[in-house]
Amino acid sequence: MSDKGSKGLAKDPGSEPTPGMDPFTDTLQRLREAFGSGRTRPAEFRAAQLRGLGRFLRENKQLLQGALAQDLHKSAFEGDVSEIIICQNEVDLALKNLHAWMKDESVAKNLFTQLDSAFIRKEPFGLVLIVAPWNYPVNLTLVPLVGALAAGNCVVLKPSEISKGTEKVLAEVLPRYLDQSCFAVVLGGPEETGQLLKHKFDYILFTGSPRVGKIIMAAATKHLTPVTLELGGKNPCYVDDDCDPQTVANRVAWFRYFNTGQTCVAPDYVLCSPEMQARLLPALQSAITRFYGEDPQSSPDLGRIINHKHFQRLRDLLSCGRVAIGGQSDESECYIAPTVLVDVQETEPVMQEEIFGPILPIMNVRGLDEAIDFINRREKPLALYAFSNSNQVVNRMLDRTSSGSFGGNEGFMYMTLSSMPLGGVGNSGMGRYHGKFSFDTFSHHRACLLSCSGLEKLNAIRYPPYSEWKQQLISWALGKQSCTLL
Amino acid sequence: MEREVQRVRAAFRSGRSRPLTFRRQQLKALRRMVQEREKDILAAITADLSKSELNAYSQEVISVLGEIDLMLEKLPEWAAATPARKNLLTMLDEAYIQPEPLGVVLIIGAWNYPFVLTIQPLIGAIAAGNAVIVKPSEISENTATTLAELLPQYLDQDLYAVINGGVEETTELLKHRFDHILYTGNATVGKIVMEAAAKHLTPVTLELGGKSPCYVDRDCDLDVACRRIAWGKYMNCGQTCIAPDYVLCEPALQDQIVQKMKDAVKEFYGENIKESPDYERIINLRHFKRILSLLEGQKVAFGGETDEATRYIAPTILTDVDPGSKVMQEEIFGPVLPIVPVKSAEEAVRFINEREKPLALYIFSQDNKLTKWLIDHTSSGGVTGNDVIMHFMLSSLPFGGVGSSGMGAYHGKYSFDTFSHQRPCLLKSLKREGANKLRYPPNSPSKVDWAKFFLLRRFSRGKLRLLLLTLLGVLVAVLIKAGHC
Repeated sequence: MSDKGSKGLAKDPGSEPTPGMDPFTDTLQRLREAFGSGRTRPAEFRAAQLRGLGRFLRENKQLLQGALAQDLHKSAFEGDVSEIIICQNEVDLALKNLHAWMKDESVAKNLFTQLDSAFIRKEPFGLVLIVAPWNYPVNLTLVPLVGALAAGNCVVLKPSEISKGTEKVLAEVLPRYLDQSCFAVVLGGPEETGQLLKHKFDYILFTGSPRVGKIIMAAATKHLTPVTLELGGKNPCYVDDDCDPQTVANRVAWFRYFNTGQTCVAPDYVLCSPEMQARLLPALQSAITRFYGEDPQSSPDLGRIINHKHFQRLRDLLSCGRVAIGGQSDESECYIAPTVLVDVQETEPVMQEEIFGPILPIMNVRGLDEAIDFINRREKPLALYAFSNSNQVVNRMLDRTSSGSFGGNEGFMYMTLSSMPLGGVGNSGMGRYHGKFSFDTFSHHRACLLSCSGLEKLNAIRYPPYSEWKQQLISWALGKQSCTLL
Repeated sequence: MEREVQRVRAAFRSGRSRPLTFRRQQLKALRRMVQEREKDILAAITADLSKSELNAYSQEVISVLGEIDLMLEKLPEWAAATPARKNLLTMLDEAYIQPEPLGVVLIIGAWNYPFVLTIQPLIGAIAAGNAVIVKPSEISENTATTLAELLPQYLDQDLYAVINGGVEETTELLKHRFDHILYTGNATVGKIVMEAAAKHLTPVTLELGGKSPCYVDRDCDLDVACRRIAWGKYMNCGQTCIAPDYVLCEPALQDQIVQKMKDAVKEFYGENIKESPDYERIINLRHFKRILSLLEGQKVAFGGETDEATRYIAPTILTDVDPGSKVMQEEIFGPVLPIVPVKSAEEAVRFINEREKPLALYIFSQDNKLTKWLIDHTSSGGVTGNDVIMHFMLSSLPFGGVGSSGMGAYHGKYSFDTFSHQRPCLLKSLKREGANKLRYPPNSPSKVDWAKFFLLRRFSRGKLRLLLLTLLGVLVAVLIKAGHC
């Protein structure tokens, strides 16, 4: 490795920590060299990687379902619908569109550049780091991976150490399906991740909490690494008086208790009038019973909390307000019943942190405007939901708030649409991905203008010395940039 | 300062900056400002950079006017929701992506093109419906003062504010929370800006710099190449973030390049360059001395004259430059062009790739294949082939860096998008709840199959065709039957 001192602006080899003491140096070095060799750039290579990922998903479906069951007590249905199928779709979409996405994008030209070739070249950034969470450990690791591979990068995957079953499968089985000179899985907890982040990456995609998001961005600053941060927050769910309580209860309950509430885009709390609350509670009870039976703990369709730390945290939240539905818990299984809390104060812990569990507090407001004020006083959430028969109400909520995404009379069903990006705003994150947005996120969009040498006489007007008439001509020509005749 | 920032935020919360009519009105007011107060603006720029009014106009004011016109024309289109493709499950719903303002945007300008580098981002931020705080560079003092005077006279005073000051004030400003920060300048301060932004999870666009290489192939029209390189290099006395920083070429070409560039310089600035109204000066003494120190120990093929009193540095070319020397260690940002001899295009590529990714890459060659090859094997913010600077002038191209030359991009629609949040929306009706039964627990294997049907792309398409064919068959049967009755 060349001596950094004599190169000045030469690239930092990327390994600040003492070689030998840092377990990642060699791996990262290897991946960097592979990227430098250009191996990941041809479409055939990228397609081969994507196909490998597709085969991994198909051939290890049961293994993955088993891991998800082990980590989150996730039913096969949930595992399929929210993780495996989503990943398969992304792989298929990328394979189908790879050439179209990779193509140079032509752009409109102005009068000065009519005879030139102007386009945007999509290029891989280089070495990409994906740091994934534990709640959808397959989806939130592999969907970003699809984008990073399709865009031609070398990738380092850091799955969550908390979802141990999935971590094992990803570390031991996945690499067999991909070219290991260009891909690596690294393991570890917060300390190891901190060490990893000292190295230079060309892009980092992180999914997790805002608190850790700040740490990631601060680490990225040292190398001027661009980041996409998929964070979270408290996703409000406004329920208007003008609606059918049972329909709303079905939808809200399904999206709240899916994956035992451990979903970054789940409705976190409900805002509604006291009258609506009175109608909603029996409807919610009815929905919960219908979904999970009289004894939810024995339902195969209800998952469990990921670990004891989160279980304790959630159990403490059960003492906020008053339990209207559910409230049971069982430490031996990390089980918490689908719960609804009422009479909650804004200052209580359940309204201060992202719940990330099967607990739904209901806050009372006296109408849409008060709900909007309530929402706007807080951090911009990752998702926002509004339920009403009136289009006007839904649209007004949409117009006067901001959030990563918005669902009207629906929960996070938009996650199944690869034409809709997933991303936050403000405290809930920056950047976005899914489908083509993934490819674009992991690509540098390089502006290219290829001029011809000829017709130099035409250029005479731009060179000094400048006279009054030259200036007028330049003004006129540049002013025509919105003209796209040719 | 605290009060001013709060005032801007409160103004944004009022929602005033959101309606398209308001945004258009502000953009038109900005245009009026540029047209009515042209003299004041030009005077400020020329005072800061010893620039002729003509140069100031063509280098800065024109771009601003062009950008305003583009925004005004395209605003309705860009601010409109974009429908999103739906799947079977969401067929009957409304799915679209709605651009929204982010909130309060901070724009930190640079001193080298003090007007355009502050105002062009401002235009995008206004068009996207944000409130804006502008922090012009204190080094270009006259422009900073003029902007502070003029903007409040034409734009809404609560939504758009100019805050002036040096390092201390900027540090204080960065402690506040913004919804996006666009910074133009160097990597060192870029990191400081990003670090401050990280504390509030504020997204940033960093327009930085670096050493932009200029590869000159033996197979090129050398006359044209040298004229264009001289134009781009000595414009604004070399103080351009996308100026060709250094030249890479075969040793045999060096002398020719020097001669032709000498001719071009004479053509542009005359025999007595110091007297030419079109040749600028170095911004301040600190930079003057910095650039002077880069000349130490170098072979000056042409130029090299300096005058500290007027901060004049003649257009200069250095030959046979050693890659390890000081002039090759930092972005020059001055009218000094080192030529580094390389044996081949391959060596040039290796040279470029050993270094940080530059903001711009220039390639002069008639051989299209070679040009494409060079582009394929390097990375940079942007590329211009057989010319310099020009990719900046096309507003349909994103302007931004990569790696240590920056992150994010702006200009035209890219400005609008940079300062917007693209919010995906899915609107459903509360009816047809029956259709949802499929997704609710308790679950069963058949439900999984149905889920696959609706969600798995390949699966659904095949089955959909089957379904449609069946329906068609039924329809035909019914019609035939109806015909017979």
